[in-house]
Amino acid sequence: MITKATTHITQNEALIFERSQPGRKGYMLPALDVDETPMDELLPAAFRRSDDLEGVPEVSEVDVVRHFTRISTWNYNIDLGMYPLGSCTMKYNSRLNERVARIKGFANLHPLASEEDSQGALQLLYELQQHLSEITGLAAVSLQPAAGAHGEMTGVMIIRAFLDARDGVGEGDRPRRHVMLIPDSAHGTNPASAHLSGFTVKTVRSTPEGQTDLDALRELCAAGDVAGLMLTNPNTVGLFERNIREICRIVHDAGGLVYMDGANMNALVGWARPGDMGVDVIHLNLHKTFSTPHGGGGPGSGPCCCTKELEPYLPVPRVVRAGEDRYKLDFDYPKTIGRVKAFYGNFGMAVRALSYIETHGADGLREATEAAVLNARVIAHGLAGDYHKPFDDPPMHEVVFTDKRQARKGVHTLDIAKRLIDYGFHPMTIYFPLIVQGAMLIEPTESVGRQEIQQFIEAMRAIAREAEETPDLVTNAPHTTRIGRLDEAAAARKPVLRWRPEEKAAVA
Amino acid sequence: MLRSVGLNSPEELFDTIPADILLRDLLDTPSALSEPELITRFESLAAKNAAAHRPNFLGAGAYSHYQPTIVDSLISRSEFFTAYTPYQPEISQGTLQAIFEFQTLVCQLTGMDVANASMYDGSTSVAEAVLMAERVTRRRKVVVSGALHPEYLHVADTYVAHAGIDLVRAGFDEHSGTTNFDELGALDDQTAAIIVQSPNFFGCVEDLQTLSERAHKVGALLVVCVTESISLGLLREPGASGADIVVAEGQSFGVPLSFGGPYLGLFATREKYARQLPGRLVGVATDKEGRRGFVLTLATREQHIRREKATSNICTNEGLIALMATIYLETLGRRGLQEVAMQCAQKAAYAARRIAEIEGFSLPYSATPRFNEFVVRAPVAADGLLRRLASERNITGGLALSRYFPERPNDILVCVTETNPRSEIDALVNGLAELT
Repeated sequence: MITKATTHITQNEALIFERSQPGRKGYMLPALDVDETPMDELLPAAFRRSDDLEGVPEVSEVDVVRHFTRISTWNYNIDLGMYPLGSCTMKYNSRLNERVARIKGFANLHPLASEEDSQGALQLLYELQQHLSEITGLAAVSLQPAAGAHGEMTGVMIIRAFLDARDGVGEGDRPRRHVMLIPDSAHGTNPASAHLSGFTVKTVRSTPEGQTDLDALRELCAAGDVAGLMLTNPNTVGLFERNIREICRIVHDAGGLVYMDGANMNALVGWARPGDMGVDVIHLNLHKTFSTPHGGGGPGSGPCCCTKELEPYLPVPRVVRAGEDRYKLDFDYPKTIGRVKAFYGNFGMAVRALSYIETHGADGLREATEAAVLNARVIAHGLAGDYHKPFDDPPMHEVVFTDKRQARKGVHTLDIAKRLIDYGFHPMTIYFPLIVQGAMLIEPTESVGRQEIQQFIEAMRAIAREAEETPDLVTNAPHTTRIGRLDEAAAARKPVLRWRPEEKAAVA
Repeated sequence: MLRSVGLNSPEELFDTIPADILLRDLLDTPSALSEPELITRFESLAAKNAAAHRPNFLGAGAYSHYQPTIVDSLISRSEFFTAYTPYQPEISQGTLQAIFEFQTLVCQLTGMDVANASMYDGSTSVAEAVLMAERVTRRRKVVVSGALHPEYLHVADTYVAHAGIDLVRAGFDEHSGTTNFDELGALDDQTAAIIVQSPNFFGCVEDLQTLSERAHKVGALLVVCVTESISLGLLREPGASGADIVVAEGQSFGVPLSFGGPYLGLFATREKYARQLPGRLVGVATDKEGRRGFVLTLATREQHIRREKATSNICTNEGLIALMATIYLETLGRRGLQEVAMQCAQKAAYAARRIAEIEGFSLPYSATPRFNEFVVRAPVAADGLLRRLASERNITGGLALSRYFPERPNDILVCVTETNPRSEIDALVNGLAELT
C-alpha cells in the first residue's frame, strides 16, 4: 500500500510571499528609450523610498499563474453550479457581456477624454438609463453609485435634500423630519445609509404573516417627523408586500417619501414596476438583477432611479441627450446632492448590464423573472414537508425556511448550510433576515434547470433525515473540503491581517 | 414545472401582486439581439470613442499602464469572477487568500500596518477617511489640501454634508504647486485631520514629513491620498513619513481605464486604528486540525452586524479589481514595480524638459519634485490647443485645467507613463510647438 506523505501542492499552496525567491521576474518592459536624468535630479533622496520594497514578492510568470490557478480551485462559483444565496441573485454571468466590456474602445477610454471623443460611451450610458427608467417606471436615473449600499446612500441623500428644500433645515443641521422608518427585516445597509444622512432610524415591525404591519406603520407616521420609509419589495422573506400601494399612501400622507431597496428586483422585472406602486426612489443592483459578475465581492453598480420630482437632486454630472445622436455630461443641476464618486460610476458594469438587457429583449426579461419565481416556488413546495416554513404566502423569487425542526436534535442552520457543501451546493443565505430565527433564505434564480433544482431539494431532504438519524454527521460538516470549519472567534480576538516576514518560520 | 406547484399559467405566479400594478404588456425595451448582432452594435458604439484609440497623455486620477497578459487571463477564471463574497470560508479560500495577499501588498507599498479588502475607488476612500478621522479623534474639523483632486473634494463634500464635519480647504502655493503651509495655521485642537494628496493634483510631491509633524503637534491625523499608485514604487512610502491613514486609487495596478470604473480604493492605517476601519477585512484562522485558512474578520464593525452604528455602510466592494491589482503587483513584483515607476519618472522628466524648451511654454512648478505628471503653461488657450492636437496630430495631449479651474485657461496637466514611447513624447512636443 502506498501512503501519501503529504497532500499535493495544489491543496497546500502557500502565500506568494512564502514562495518568493530573490531575482525571479515575471514581467518584461521595453528598455528605457529616453536620456536618463540623474537620480538626485529626478527626485531628492528625502522623497525616495529607502526600503527597496523589501517583502514585495519576486516570482516568475508561471509561479503567478500556478499560484492563482491553484487557489482558484478552492472557490465555489456560479459556473460550477447552483448558488442559492437569498437576496444575492447569483445568476449566470454571460461570457458575451465580458467580451463586449473588453472592447478596446471601452476598456481604453480615459474618463476625462473630451465629450466628442467619448460619444459611444455617453450614448451607452444614456441608453442604459432609459432602459432602467422603463424597467422601474421611474423618470430619472443616475449610474454614478458604485454598489447597492452606495446607491442607497445616494437615494437617502436625495430624500434629505428634497425635504430640506421643502421644509427647511432644522436646528444644528438636523433634518426637520428626522425619522427614517425601516422594517425589522431590512438589510443592514439601510440603517447604515440612513445614518449617514443624519436620520434617526425607527423600526417598523412585521406581521406574523411576513408583511409590513400597517397599524405599526400608521402609528409611527402619526408620531410625526417622518422623513420616509426604506422598504425592500419583495421583502427579505421573499414575499411581495401586498399592501404596497397603501404603504406608500400612508407615508406620503405623513409627508414622507418612500425609498425602495431594489435588491429583490429579480422578482419584478417585466411584471411590475416600483414607480407604479408609488415608490419615489430606488436603487438597483446591476450585479444582481442585471447579471454583472460578483467577482468574489465586487465590483457592483447601484444605479439610483427616482421620480421627476426628485430628479433635480440626483448626483452630477448627468448623462443627457444634446440633440440627434449627440450626448453630453450635464453639470447644471443647482439642487444636486453633489458627486458620490469620481467620474461616472462603474462604466464597465454598465456595458455588461446593457448587453444583458439587449440580449434578453423585453420578452426575455419577463421570462427570466417568471423562471426565477417558478424555481423558488418549486423549492418552497419541495421542502415544506421537511423544514419549517414560517410564512404561508406563496414566495416570489426567494423562500425562507428555518431550522426549528432540526434544532430539536441539536442541528442548526449553520450545520445544515455546511452539510450542503458536502452535497456539492453552495449554502443559502443564513441567519438573515434577522426576524426569522435560524433563517435559511434560498434564492435559486432563473439560471438553474429542473434537474439541479430537484437535486438541491433531495440534498436538503437528505440532510433533514441525517439531522434525525445521524446529527453528528451534520454538526461536524463539511467533511469534503480542503479545510474544516475555521475558528472565527479566535481569528477576531487576535487578528492577523497581513503577512510579515518574521512569521515565515512559524507558518511553514 | 408549473403543474408541479399546482399552477396553470405563469400569471398565477404573480398572484400576490395587486392586479392594478401588474404589467400586462411587455416593457418598452428593445427586442432581443443575437450574439453577432450585439457584438456588431457594441463595436460600433466603441468605435465612436476616438480617444481610446490614440496616444494618451491624460492622467489626473486615471492612468494608462501596461497590463501583463496573465492578469486578465487569471481574473477571467470562473472560480474568481463568478464567486460571491467569501462568507463561506470552506469553499472560498481562493478569494480569501488572494485578499489577504492584497491587504499585505497594500501595507508594504504604503508603509502601513493594516489595509482593508478594498473600497469603491480613491474618491470614496478619501470621504471614508474623513469619517474615520472623526471617529478616531472625536473632532469635527478636517483641513483638506486645495491640491486634492477636485472630484475627490466634491465627493468628500457630499459624504459629509450631514455628518456634522466641517471641511476646511487649505489653499496651495502658486509658486511651488504644493499645499500652503501657512494657511494650515488654521490647525488647532479641534482639527481631526489634514488630508493631502501626494503627488498632488498638479503632480507635485508634498512634504509629508513636515505635514505629519504639524498634524501630530495638535493631535490631528495625517491622511495621505495617492491617485497614481505606481508612484509608490519610487516615492517614500507615506507610512515612513508619519501618515496615519493612507488612501489611494489602485487603478494604476493593471486596471483598464474603462471610462472611469470599476476602479479600486486602497485603504490602510495604523494597527491601533484597525477596529475603526471601514469595509471588509480578511484574517488568518485555523480549523480543528490546525490547518491555516483565511476568514472575513472583525465583522462587528460592519453594517450587517452593527446596522446604523457601523463604521461605514459599504458592503459590496471591488473584489475582482483588488484581485486584478494583486495579480499585477505579484507579476511585476519588487523589481518590476520599481522599474515601471522609474520609467514613468524618467519619461516624464524627458517630456517636461523638452516642453519647457518650446518657445512660449513654461512649467510653473518646475522647481518642485514630481513623479509623472506636471503642469504646462501654454501661450494659448489649452482647450483649443488640445482639440487641434487631437484632430490634427491624433494625440490626446493632457487635461485642460480649465475643466476644474476656469481661472487657468492656458494650463495643461500632462501625464507620461511607461506606455508612452519616446516617439509619442516627441510627437507631442512637436505638436505643441507647431500648433501654437
